[in-house]
Amino acid sequence: MVKKTIHEINGKIRDGSVNVVTAEEMVHIVGELGAEEAAKEVDVVTTGTFGAMCSSGVWLNFGHSEPPIKMQKVFLNDVEAYTGVAAVDAFIGATQISETLGMDYGGAHVIEDLIRGKSVHLHAMSHGTDCYPRKVLDTTLSLDDMNQAIMMNPRNAYQKYNAATNSTRSTIHTYMGSLLPSFGNVTYSGAGVLSPLSNDPDYMTIGTGTRIFLGGAQGYIVGEGTQHSSGGGFGTLMVQGDLKKMSTDYIRAANFTGYGTSLYVGMGVPIPILNEQIAQATAVSDAGVTTKILDYGIPSRDRPAMRDVTYEELRSGFVDINGKEVPTSSLSSFKKSRIIANELKDWIAKGEFFVSMPVERLPKDISAKPMKQTEGIAIVSDIMAVNVVTINKDASVYDAAKIIQDTSFNHLPVLNDDKTLAGIITAWDIAKAVSLNKFDLVEDIMTRKVITSNADEQVAVVARRLDLNEVSAMPVINKDRHVIGMITSDDISKLYARRS
Amino acid sequence: MKIKINISSEILTKPIMAEAILETGVLLNISQAHFDRSHGEVVADVDSDKFDLMCKSLTNRGAVVIKLDVPIKWDETECVECSACVSVCPTKVFSLAEDFSLVVDDKKCIQCGTCVDMCPHNALSLGNNK
Repeated sequence: MVKKTIHEINGKIRDGSVNVVTAEEMVHIVGELGAEEAAKEVDVVTTGTFGAMCSSGVWLNFGHSEPPIKMQKVFLNDVEAYTGVAAVDAFIGATQISETLGMDYGGAHVIEDLIRGKSVHLHAMSHGTDCYPRKVLDTTLSLDDMNQAIMMNPRNAYQKYNAATNSTRSTIHTYMGSLLPSFGNVTYSGAGVLSPLSNDPDYMTIGTGTRIFLGGAQGYIVGEGTQHSSGGGFGTLMVQGDLKKMSTDYIRAANFTGYGTSLYVGMGVPIPILNEQIAQATAVSDAGVTTKILDYGIPSRDRPAMRDVTYEELRSGFVDINGKEVPTSSLSSFKKSRIIANELKDWIAKGEFFVSMPVERLPKDISAKPMKQTEGIAIVSDIMAVNVVTINKDASVYDAAKIIQDTSFNHLPVLNDDKTLAGIITAWDIAKAVSLNKFDLVEDIMTRKVITSNADEQVAVVARRLDLNEVSAMPVINKDRHVIGMITSDDISKLYARRS
Repeated sequence: MKIKINISSEILTKPIMAEAILETGVLLNISQAHFDRSHGEVVADVDSDKFDLMCKSLTNRGAVVIKLDVPIKWDETECVECSACVSVCPTKVFSLAEDFSLVVDDKKCIQCGTCVDMCPHNALSLGNNK
């Protein structure tokens, strides 16, 4: 039975005799020596991760202007920061996007620019008070000009993360990157063998107060992160560190097409090896960390899982989905994760970084709840029109024009002889046919690729489909492709107008 | 060599590529095509020494032809070597070496631009067509 204390290990760090290895190296050491011998040999195991962590940001204190202002709204390079606290404190969040540049520039970029030593433009507004009379302020500040710049990330370093794929017939753009149609690829996040929390899944040494590597500087774990869901193996960390000491080697702004901005955060957590249980936990390999591949094509909180998968399989470059070999991509950089684990190892070996015991351990066996929604979720069948006027594909364009005129429906679903959906025809199609002097059959002028919806889909999802395809109405079809209703952008506007 | 053929909406429905192929006898190997109401874009391979002939024939029919002679540009200072690009590339331009460094074989690039959208760090760009 091995038993060491933090005090003993820090003594060894001080006198230079500490034995520190990375979590990757530890896999082999425990494999060769067994957990007990490894626990005697090794004093500290270092972990590392470098990936997109949206729930990140920085608390800034700008100092007081003359005359002073109590900021009510503040923008840094046109990106809004939250200042609903004291006069000149603000939180710049990674995913807030620019008022002028949109998704090309966001809070993450402001943070990276500040670390690079660049100046940012500050614009603040207030309604003015007796103690803070100023109403508008414009200035230019660099990191050196601020009193504090404290990175405070509410949710980082997920223990493991679901991998993503896409069952639909079009490419979708997500925070997991571009997901190609028909299971065209799989993307994943997390460092697997080097993941901090996967190397201490029972939180024996990681908790409130643990000293860590954050963005190239020393930082601390504040405690459990938001949405910490340790029960299912999805623990998270809230962390803090001094932005002024960080480096763009380990903090980088990112843009995910169609999603927005995020921050790549580099973090390393040291795990002091106090006994063989801890040594055994740090021996976890990529093969020992299992996650799920979820279908991001289903726009729901409960995305269906395609299968379980280990990080070893994900890292091999291909995974099997329904008998198909699907290429994988990591969104986290394993190379950088390794550099971080080695950098932290170096710090400890050189006596520049000491390990700590948490003052409070992270909660175990808790799970994150879904949102309680007090307003019912509207589905298509609640608001679709069920009296639908259709037309046969063999009808004449003249008939179609007459029906549209008589019924004032702008969209006519076109049916095959077996009543299944063949296409759609609109007043615009008829106008076009007339302008081309083409008075043939409906079949010749209809749009064949019809955007449709199902009756049990959520209205919010369907509204986005209308928007993306730039159409104003969709036939609602059943599984036999029979038209059972129509849903229009007017129906959706009325639904929301009624609510507000 | 790779070329991009831009087709304006007025001639979108005309079989100009088929006509140009028949007229010149030069083969076009189409690697991607995109059409919507406003315009069409086709990326294709053509023999370098037959380019002038094909270009003239397409241009006579109203198309605009651009040479795509610059493959994907990789900005190593922006790249964090995450490998997001690996799984979206149709021709396996990107791979990870043993030490997890990104390897870019731009000779395979067909300049489709899929990786440009995928890259979270704006480290990939296409000079003359994206």
